[in-house]
Order: sequence, then C-alpha cells, then structure tokens
Amino acid sequence: MKRLPIIIGGILVSLLILLLPPLVHTAYGQDLLVKNGKVVTLGKKGTIEGGDVLIEKGRIKKIGKGLRAPEGVRVIDASGMWVIPGIIDTHTHIGVEGGVNEGSNSVTSEVRIIDVIWPEDISIFYALTGGCTTCNTMHGSANTIGGQNVVIKNKWGASADELIYQRAPKELKFALGENVKQSNFPRVSGQPRYPQTRMGVEALLRQKFTEARAYVKKWDDYNKQKKAGKNPIPPRRDLQLDVLVELMQGKVRAQVHCYRADEILMMLKVAEEYGFKISSLEHVLEGYKVADAIAAHGASCSTFADSWGYKMEAFDAIPYNSALLAEAGVNITINSDSGERIRRLFQDAAKCVKYGGMSEEDALKTVTLNSAKCLGIDKWVGSIEEGKDGDLAIFNTNPLSAYTRCEMTIIEGKVYFDRQAYQEEMEKLREEAKKKEEKK
Amino acid sequence: MKPKAFISVFLGGLLLIAGSLGAGESLQKAEVYAITNATIVPVTAPIIEKGTVVISRGRIIAVGAEVEIPQEANVIDGNGLYVYPALINSSTILGLYEIGSVRATLDSSETGKFNPDVRVAAAINHESVHIPITRSVGIALALVAPRGGTISGQSALIRLEGWNWSEMLVKSPVGLHISFPQVRARRRAAEEENEEAISKAIQELKDYFTEARHYMERKEGAAKDASLTAAPVNMKFEAMIPALKGELPVIVSVTTSEAIKEAIKFVEEMKLKAIFHGVSEGWKVVDELKKADIPVILSSLYGTPREWKDGYDAPYRNAGILCQAGIKVVFSTGDAALANNLPYHAAKAAAFGLPKEEALKGVTIYPAQIFGVDKDYGSIEVGKVANLIVTNGCPLEITTQVRHVLIDGKPVNLSNKHTELYEKYRKKK
Repeated sequence: MKRLPIIIGGILVSLLILLLPPLVHTAYGQDLLVKNGKVVTLGKKGTIEGGDVLIEKGRIKKIGKGLRAPEGVRVIDASGMWVIPGIIDTHTHIGVEGGVNEGSNSVTSEVRIIDVIWPEDISIFYALTGGCTTCNTMHGSANTIGGQNVVIKNKWGASADELIYQRAPKELKFALGENVKQSNFPRVSGQPRYPQTRMGVEALLRQKFTEARAYVKKWDDYNKQKKAGKNPIPPRRDLQLDVLVELMQGKVRAQVHCYRADEILMMLKVAEEYGFKISSLEHVLEGYKVADAIAAHGASCSTFADSWGYKMEAFDAIPYNSALLAEAGVNITINSDSGERIRRLFQDAAKCVKYGGMSEEDALKTVTLNSAKCLGIDKWVGSIEEGKDGDLAIFNTNPLSAYTRCEMTIIEGKVYFDRQAYQEEMEKLREEAKKKEEKK
Repeated sequence: MKPKAFISVFLGGLLLIAGSLGAGESLQKAEVYAITNATIVPVTAPIIEKGTVVISRGRIIAVGAEVEIPQEANVIDGNGLYVYPALINSSTILGLYEIGSVRATLDSSETGKFNPDVRVAAAINHESVHIPITRSVGIALALVAPRGGTISGQSALIRLEGWNWSEMLVKSPVGLHISFPQVRARRRAAEEENEEAISKAIQELKDYFTEARHYMERKEGAAKDASLTAAPVNMKFEAMIPALKGELPVIVSVTTSEAIKEAIKFVEEMKLKAIFHGVSEGWKVVDELKKADIPVILSSLYGTPREWKDGYDAPYRNAGILCQAGIKVVFSTGDAALANNLPYHAAKAAAFGLPKEEALKGVTIYPAQIFGVDKDYGSIEVGKVANLIVTNGCPLEITTQVRHVLIDGKPVNLSNKHTELYEKYRKKK
C-alpha cells in the first residue's frame, strides 16, 4: 500500500505532538543538591540544622539530612550558611519596556504588562543579588484601573516568554489616591484628567462596574437567545469591560494600590457591592487604621517596611503597620516597589521584628510565603516543601541580620546568582580591560 | 515682736531655707545618673564587661568595672544590656523637610547658583516629626546640610533635643557646602555632551572663589593701609572668607571618579580644607583621595552602580576599600524621613568588607573628629558629653531595641509620631 507510510508517519507525528508538551514540561528545571545548611523551610519541616534540599527537574524532591545526590548532579555546600525560600516581591515595575502607565485615560484595564516584558532589565539581575526569585511586575499607579500584571521568575538570561510564571493567576491593578488624582504633578493647561478628587475616584469605579454589569447582562441575553435556537446579533466585545467581568466572576484577582484609611474602606465597600474580592491591598500605609475591615474582607496586604513621609497620604504611615495588620489576622507581606530596594527585602523583613515584635519566622514569611499567598501561587512557591518549586536563597548568616549577604540564588534548581563565581568573572573582566588599556 | 511670733517666723524661715536647699539638692539629684552592670562599648577603648557609667551635669564623670556610684544618682539598671555612644548622622535635612511633595515644608534647597551666605541653622524646625523618630534609634547628633545650586550654603551640627533651633545647635557653621559640577546622566553619550558644560561650570566655580579671594585681600589691605578702600560689603563674599582662610572646611558633594579627581584638583588649587560627601565611586580613586588626605562622608549606600561593570555591590564595597587605603569614612543618610536608617547603612558596608569596628566608628567617633567636636562627643570617655544609648544589642543590627537614649546627660522621651499612632490603634477595639 502506498498510503501506509503516510498513515504511519501521520500517527507518529500525532503521537509526537501529543507527547511533546509533557516532554517539554518535564524539562521544567534542573537537578541540584544543597547540602548542610541551616534550612528555614517556613513549612511543615520547620528549621533543620545541617539540612539538605534535593531538587529534581526544578522541583523539591526531598528535604532532610544526609541526602545523597544522583550521579552528575551538582552539589552546593551550604555549610555555615542559611537556606531560605526564594524571596518574592509582590509589587515591582521591573522588566517592563517603556512607560508603565497608559496615562491617557484613568481606566485602562485592557492593557497588559505581558505585552511589554523586557528581559534585559538589569534590575532583574539586581533582584537576584538580593535573593529574590519571583516578582509581580505591573503598571504604575497613574490610573484608577491600570491594567493586567504579570508574575515573573527572575531567570536572568531567559527570554520574555520564559520569564513569565505561567501558573500565576491573572491579576488586575487598581490604584487610589494622590497619584490617580495627579496631585503631585504640575498643573497642565486645559481640562485636567478626571478624576481629580477621591470622590471622583469612587464615582469612576462605580460607573465602570455598573457598565460591566450591563455588559454581562447583554452577553447573558445573547447566549440565552442562541441556546433557544434564535440567531441574535452578538454584543460588541469590550476588552476593557471583559476583565472587569472576569474579576466579578472570580476568574481574575484584584490588587489595589492605596494609602488612606478612607479610600481603603471605600474600595472594600465597592468590592462588596459589586460582588468581587480584593486579593491584595498594596502599600496600604494606613491599613492599620482599618485592620478589622481588611481582615473581614479577607484581603492580603502588601506594605512598606518603613518608607514614609514623601507624600501627604504617606504621612500617617508607621513601621508598625505590618505588626498591627498581622495581629488583626491579615496576611501581610512587605514589598519594595523599587528596582533598587528589591535587593534588600530581607532587611525590610527584619524591621517587622524591630517594630511590633514579630517573630523571626513570621518576619521571613512577609517576604516569602505570605507574598506567595498574596499572589495566589503558594501552592508552588514561598516555602521549602517537597513538591514545590526549587527556589532558594542562600545567605552567609541570618538573613534578618543587618550584616547579612546573599551568596546564591536558585530558581527551579538552576543557580542564577552565585556571588563567588560572579566575583571571579568580574575580576577576569577587569583584568582583561586593564590589559587592553595597557596595550593602548 | 512677741517671742512666740518671732519663734514662728524664725522656724518658718529655717524651714524655707531647708526647703530650698532640699530643692537645690533634688535639682542636683536630677542631673546625676548611673548606668550599672552593663557591657560598655566606649569605641575608643576596649569593651568593659559588667561596667558602670556615671553622669553628672551632662558629662561622663566615671566609666569602668569598679566605679563608685554616687548616692544621689538615678540608677538605670543595665544588666544584660549594652551602653554605646549615641550615634551621629553625618548628613541630613532634618528640620528642613517635613513632607516631600509639599513644597511649603521644604527648606533645604535655595534657588540660585552661589549661596555661600545661606545658613541652615535658623531654618531648622525643632518640631519636625522626623527628629524624635530619628533619635529613637539612638542618633543624638546630626549634620543638617543645605543642598541646591553649586555653593549651597553653610551646614550646622545639631543635637536632636531642644525647644528651638538655638538650643539644638552644637556647632554652626560646620562647613561650606559645594555641589561639584559633574555628570548627571547615566548614559555615555549624554555624558560626552555634558562634558563641555561641566568644564564651564567648574571654571565658573573657580572664578567665583578667585573673586571672593580678591574681595578678602582687598578688605585686609584696606584694614592695614588707610589709603586703600575695601570693596562695598558683599555678604556672599564675606561668607566665603572663613573657607578661603582654611578655617571652615568646604564639604564637597561629588560622586563619579572623574569628578572626584577634578574636585581634588579644585580644592588643592584653591587651597581649601576639604571634606568630600557622596563619593560612591571613591573606590576607583583611592590613591588620589589618600594622597589628598580628604575624609569622606558617604551618602546612602542604597544606590546602584553607574555601570554594570563596576559590580552590583560596588556601592556596598566602597567603604571597605576606602578604609583599607587609610581614608576616614563616615556614614550619612542625606534625608529626614529615613535618617533613622543610618546604622543599617554602616552595617551594610560591614557585610561587604568594612571591619565591624570601623562601621561603628563611622557613626560615632569619626564624625565627631571630622566635624571637630571630638573633644566632647563620639565616644564614652570621662569628660565627654553624656550622649549615650542603652540597648539590648549592637545598634547597627536592625532587630536591636534601644531602651534609653541620653542626650547631654539626660534621658530623652523615645515616643514619636510612629509610636503614638501605634499605641492609639493598638488600643482601638
């Protein structure tokens, strides 16, 4: 039969196509054994002195003592060092090409960071030098509804696609307060952009969600008619409202940049009235004033350790914010909101111990496990547990000490930052540069 | 007078005298403190385990393991605790800044290129919320420095305690501040464009100093020779005279290696006593800095290197490299709202090569020496002003709790805007 080779070929190709995704998927990450460190799992296994973490294909296979690595697997001697889960920053603007705000309109829920990821941003490398393995990168706070965020793993050297953490739920960014009102910009000529007051911010939110409700109804009616066998004309797709609908349906998470107690309460009420949940309040510097309401809603909070005083709305900020929110039962995390500060989140975590007396373990959680919960990715990152991603940060002493130094950062079993290797490489480069200079 | 009445008056008089004597004694008692049984870290001498510091009328009168505690002393039990000298922040805008975005609250940057006669001293708002917040981590002294323009004005060293700026002044002026013309852009191309503008600006600065020197010489000449006339009084040039004579240091803010080299040439040519501030690329020009014998006030360590080739940790390693070359290094935050982070900058430098003892000196004795107040401040020594902190650990560690802060020999109130809001909302139920 002439056709047989074609049929067999077709079957083989089909099998390949079916099997390829799992094949690609199992090439998820690398194998690695970290030995003999003080492993602070922040999970079920607690803290293990002289502990080992075995990573297989990018996932933590085993945590314990006296583990042996399969042949050919790299072993990292973490003797005398602390091993913690890779640090997670819930609020950054790194790795974004061009401006972070589509400032022409106060509502731009349709724009997406995923379209403008910039993998060559050196801030990604700087984040690694501070033990940060994952971050949520997003629009700025110029707009009431700014757009859709992206969670990335700081895989320095990878492509934009490879940076994206596919597992992270979709998230929409909101902002309230002075930046949205353009309070601190010089007055432009002509009509200023609406809203210019906190009243306007609320009115705009309500207007948009009311539009979204009407939009959903149109589509529901259309689908009903179609099911009934009729041939209705579909409603016009509105990309801006699509996301708001997904939010109300619980398919998308909401993250809200806010400062003042009044606007925090306002946002909680709007969310409750329009039937969506706020997964995270960001900065939320006056969160301590309305901690009970936040806890009742079930929103996480992502705040600064002690940054304050730079704007009017930041003038009642206190470094005890995280302690008070934690006491009220809120999931609290610390963020950097800076390509520079992302390098020292572990120091910010230490401030939770100083201000409000959080335990060291709880303080470390504010930049690891709690951040993972905040982003809805705690099933896979945020603590050192068997089955989770092999994301680790190794420090030469207690990460909460002001004298600490990050020595190594590992993402899915691959070493993305190795201070010793880095220093050797830089030394080589400097010597080569010197030789070139001398030749001239 | 009748005898009974006389006796009553006499006894009453005696009581009054005794009472006032007693009041005088309790005033005396109020000024005597003893911190007992603590680990004392004098900074300029070895650590004393289980020691005592005695303070009287604002000064340290005894330090040691076997020290007699005066009967009238208020005792602070230092068991399990540490005593360090209170810290010094070598550059801030405390009192000149309240809220960054509210221009009405900002006083650190005057308009205009040359403002040598502008002084921070009387512009300091003693009520600033940032002052109590800063001192609650153990900082007792701070340099308040003007910025803006090329010659920014004159700084002052203040104690973080006092009912008005006048009571807060420890030394004024401390230095004449210059913002040295240098590249602002990060990109090479923009730098080249700027080079011409920068050379011009440096020449302008030199010309200004030269003019000021002529004014001074003319004034001195006229004072000696009645036939000569001085120029009409020029307040700006008058303000330059102490710096021209080498009596007042110029504190030059400069960052890049190229600009540091130019700035060294400038101060040597103009024959000025200099301190450099900023100096984040100082590590590239250690030899030049060492030869010029210029002490360094580092600004915030939380910067990124100008070029990735410098290394991600260049700003952190900077202090260690300068120190190793024998250059005196002190730390500063440069701001007001996070001036209380001073000790953590020092610790960061220690994490990247600066010896821990040098980090501690960089926020205690070295600033006192650089600002010429080390006779009275910067370490725990008999005779010095009792600016002390009592802590449960090293003050450079973030998690350390500061239990007491003494300024001029008296404990100060550690509550501040942050603690007040904390207490208020903690009680809310």
